[in-house]
Order: sequence, then structure tokens, then C-alpha cells
Amino acid sequence: MIDLIGKIFIVLGVMFDFFGVLGLVRLPDVYNRLQAATKCVTFGSAGILFGVFILNGFTTLGFKALLGIVFIFITSPVAAHAISRAAHRNNIPTAEETVVDHYEEDKELKDE
Amino acid sequence: MKWLKWSLGLIIIIGFLIWDIFFLELAFEIKLVNIILFCSLFVLYRVIIGPSPADRLVAVDILGILIVGMLALLSIYYNKSYLMDVGLIWALMSFIASLAFAKVLEGRFLDD
Repeated sequence: MIDLIGKIFIVLGVMFDFFGVLGLVRLPDVYNRLQAATKCVTFGSAGILFGVFILNGFTTLGFKALLGIVFIFITSPVAAHAISRAAHRNNIPTAEETVVDHYEEDKELKDE
Repeated sequence: MKWLKWSLGLIIIIGFLIWDIFFLELAFEIKLVNIILFCSLFVLYRVIIGPSPADRLVAVDILGILIVGMLALLSIYYNKSYLMDVGLIWALMSFIASLAFAKVLEGRFLDD
């Protein structure tokens, strides 16, 4: 039973990785691609690591997998935020279908 | 022309998945590692032809996350816990690399 639950978590993680990478290839501009690709993290690789923890229990490998989940959850949103802010400061254009861009309005208000 | 590209990609992806899941006689974990390696081919496509520098940065960041998941799968296949050590170091190093390149992309330098 424990074996089955761990394998289900691992298969779900690989599926989320696959769909995130599909979004990285198909979506139109940098910000959309970043939004799809960061989904790889929360359920993708963290799901795989949690499945490894369930399969192994409290052994060396299981503790290392838990530590990996903590590292990934702390570091990945910070990196995504830094990349999107740098892209916007670097004037990389948004897609043509974009409806609203609040950060641009805030920068114009700050300049006045 | 658009439909030709769509159907060609769909045939390649579904053909690979069926060949990998049903026709290869390998262990469960190695099949999932094959799927993740297939995903990283898409990520490398985005690294090569990405129109802006931020696209390449996002793709390299996600490549690190995928490799952490792949190392977790390999560590439960070989039952060796030192492969997870490589994964932990890889997560932290790719985080620092993403922050540094984002700072350079923003137009500042590393000692600001």
C-alpha cells in the first residue's frame, strides 16, 4: 500500500514536469513561459522527491529527499521573481494579446 | 502549414510515450527517467532558439529543476543515497546562477 502511494506521487510528478515543459515550448512570451515553467516545481520535482521520501521512510535517502523539497521550495520562487523583474526592466516586450500591465503603470507613476 | 506542424509534434510525442511505456522492457524508474530526458530535449530547444535572453534564462533554470527530479529517480533505482547529494548541490548552484544572470540582465553588476 505504501509502495503504491509513493509510486502514484512519482508518476504525478513526472506528468506535471511534462506539462510544464510543454507550456515552456508553446506559450507566446517570456512571462507566460515563466508562469507555466514554475509549475514544474511545486508538483513536478517536489512530487517526485516526496514520493521518494514515502518509498524510503526515515532513512538517509528519505531525509535527503525532504531536505531537497525544502531547498527547492525556498529557492525557486525567488529565482522566478528575479528573472521576471529583470526581463521587465530590460524592456522585453509582452505578447500582442496582453490586456493589462500593472508594473509598467507603476513605473510611469514613479517617474512623474 | 500550422496543422501539419501540430499533427507532426503530436505524433512524435505520443509515439515516444507509447514506445517508452509499453515496448521497452526496463524497470519502472528507468522509463520515467526516459520521459524526463525527452522533456529536457524540449527545454534545450527553447535554450537554442529562444528569441530573448530571458527565455534562455528561464529554460536553464527549469533544466536544473528537472535534473534534480531525475537524480531522485536514479537514486531509488540504484539504492544509493549519494546521488541525492548531487541533487541538493545542483538545486542550490542553479539558484545562485539564476540570480546572478538575472542581475546582469537587469543592467546592474554583481557588486551593486
